[in-house]
Amino acid sequence: MNIASTFELMLAAVVLGLGIWTIAVHETYSAAVGFVAYGLLVALIWVRLDAVDVALTEAAISGGLGGVLLLGAAARLRHAELMVAEVPDRLTRVSAAVLSVMTAAALVGAVLWLPDSAPTLAPEVVANAWATSLTNPVTNVLMAFRAMDTMLEKVVLLLAIIGVWSLAPDTAWGGRPGPRHRADPNGVLVFLARLLPPAGIAIAVYILWTGANHPGGAFQGGAILAAMWLLAVMAGLTDTPAVGRRWLRLILVAGPALFLVVGLGGLWFGTAFLAYPTAQAKPLIVVIEVAMIQTIAATLGLLLTGAPERSAKP
Amino acid sequence: MSGVNVFGLYAAAAVGLGLYGMITSPQPLRKIIAFNLLGSGVFLLFGVVGRRGAAAGIGNDPVPQALVITGVVVAFSATALAVALLLRLSEKASSTTLSSGPAGRAGSDPPGH
Repeated sequence: MNIASTFELMLAAVVLGLGIWTIAVHETYSAAVGFVAYGLLVALIWVRLDAVDVALTEAAISGGLGGVLLLGAAARLRHAELMVAEVPDRLTRVSAAVLSVMTAAALVGAVLWLPDSAPTLAPEVVANAWATSLTNPVTNVLMAFRAMDTMLEKVVLLLAIIGVWSLAPDTAWGGRPGPRHRADPNGVLVFLARLLPPAGIAIAVYILWTGANHPGGAFQGGAILAAMWLLAVMAGLTDTPAVGRRWLRLILVAGPALFLVVGLGGLWFGTAFLAYPTAQAKPLIVVIEVAMIQTIAATLGLLLTGAPERSAKP
Repeated sequence: MSGVNVFGLYAAAAVGLGLYGMITSPQPLRKIIAFNLLGSGVFLLFGVVGRRGAAAGIGNDPVPQALVITGVVVAFSATALAVALLLRLSEKASSTTLSSGPAGRAGSDPPGH
């Protein structure tokens, strides 16, 4: 057994342990902490699977932002969660265990007895890369070959933010999400919130730009931008905007709207919806991605800060 | 291919674990966490299948990779919506129980509110 496969076995064992801990631990807060560590280690599995684009997304969105979301909710629900005492009876637990083991066993069978000639679309993606002059195959799939998925996903993000905002109480309708954070002005949090964002913004822009040819792109860059903004909000250096603001709504719809306009342009001037003319494919994709990174950053950040809680008027 | 199989086995275990947690956890937030665990198992299964489709100098079939990236973002937005619903429920009912028994009714809104 060589070092690489030993590492893989250990990684799988640690991640499995964290997964069991997340489900079995008594306190919800500990489960949320376990899930953050889990998300970061799963990103390593994605690196081992040679899917670095997915690893970046998993680390930034599932481990990072998702972790903050779950930790925040667990902290706020600490008292309410303790009151829930109705543990399911033995029969429910045993049948749930049987069902889960059977599902897992069926999946194990599916993984072990996959047909030997694995189907793949990689040669097609490489053969058609000339059409966009981007060399990162994943960005090509996301932005060109399956651009419809990406566009509709932006719409899902919009629907999610509408759903979250509509949970606002009447008094805070259109107001500012989340509590106003205050931190010790000489503390570490404020120091980091001043130190990290310039570097974070530069890294986010780099990840967006390099996504054309190397792992990266609008999702990963947008998640980093959102994290930088949230850091400033949590340190109390800035406040969340009132959700009724027009400029905010413009940013939120900019990504999907531009995508839709380019798509309709393809239908009008070209051959099909979202068909880019070959000569302008790369500039068009870059313009869409620049609009998208702002929409993604704003949407992810606002999804994390939650429903409006304070009235827009001070 | 051994590493791929190890991760494939783990992905199947994650789906089972997540399913078990989703059914048996009494707290809704735990159900959300378990749901995310289940989701990560499904994504990993997709990644393992894509790894087998390595060809043309790419280590992992790019089409499932792109679908998983989309899926991760959608799963995050669904989680955020679920957490927002839960926080609002706890604020309104001062309890996060999902049961419709007497314990659940005790904390509900007064009539006419």
